[in-house]
Amino acid sequence: MLAPGFADPVHGAQGTFRAVMDALARPGLLQPLDAGLKPPAPLTPELAALALALTDADTPVWLDAGLADSPEVAAYLRFHTGAPLTDDPARAAFAFIRDPARCPPLARFAQGTPAYPDSSTTLVLALDMIANGERLHLAGPGIKGPTRIALTPLPEGFVAQLAENRAGFPLGVDVILTAPGRVAGLPRSTAVTES
Amino acid sequence: MATRPLQPDPEEIAARQAVMALCADANRDDLDAAVKALAPPAVEDLRPPETGLVMATGRIGGDGRPFNLGEVSVTRAAIRLPDGASGFAYHLGRDRTKARLAATLDALWQDPARRARVEAALEPAARRADADRRQAARRTAATRVEFLTVARGED
Repeated sequence: MLAPGFADPVHGAQGTFRAVMDALARPGLLQPLDAGLKPPAPLTPELAALALALTDADTPVWLDAGLADSPEVAAYLRFHTGAPLTDDPARAAFAFIRDPARCPPLARFAQGTPAYPDSSTTLVLALDMIANGERLHLAGPGIKGPTRIALTPLPEGFVAQLAENRAGFPLGVDVILTAPGRVAGLPRSTAVTES
Repeated sequence: MATRPLQPDPEEIAARQAVMALCADANRDDLDAAVKALAPPAVEDLRPPETGLVMATGRIGGDGRPFNLGEVSVTRAAIRLPDGASGFAYHLGRDRTKARLAATLDALWQDPARRARVEAALEPAARRADADRRQAARRTAATRVEFLTVARGED
């Protein structure tokens, strides 16, 4: 049974886009995101809002094992976005990850090319909670003063992978973190250290 | 949840196409009357009706090489009934209400228990569309020029 998309497609997509843009421009600052969607499980409302706002027929989408196993999720995304689904992370423009603990290494996603670093994958992770906390220290463009965030759950080896991702600048993936009602950005320019 | 067969019966596809073609021919008032007669349960928009452009393709004489005729406005609607049946409609023009009514009829028609009632409710629309088509054919026939009558006189 198909679930409805945005009640107001233009403003729903624009509001979501604005939240994601602000999140990537100010890494680590939490942006509110309430799209009012009720997508089929295990897709979270935040992942669905980003998928509906950002993907279309030109953006191959990679789903993690939990999402790819659900035919309802594939039907939902295909109907509302028209985006082709791919099982090769290196070809994906967007990757939606419901279970960050089992996310493939960041290096397996498209890293872009020196001429077109924007052709890399944007990862969207669904976390249980993002809070202003003590675990991760962020620095880099768009960050004024000390910024710390705590992610629950924090995937194992995630900080090391982010450091490796940043070392390849301007190549590398951008990460968008979502939690119920919230979105935060970790672009490739951000240096993340554990504190 | 019951899974639908991936390949529906070809006869069913043809019947559904015929109903949707009839909805496309009918006018908004006919569809409105048909939907009111069926008194559907609450209809929910899967995707609010929206208008866009579609490239229309033509063939000279119906079997020539296809060519792009021009862009036409098309309105599409997708709705869902409380029992999970979803209906879709693509209509020429910009009448969102009409496209949504046709999508509602599509969803209702897919339930075999309601099928006969939907087709009965569309009967007046079918008669009117048929009468319109005949009238247009009569008007065209009245302007026909028989080139045989202008044969050059040989002297």
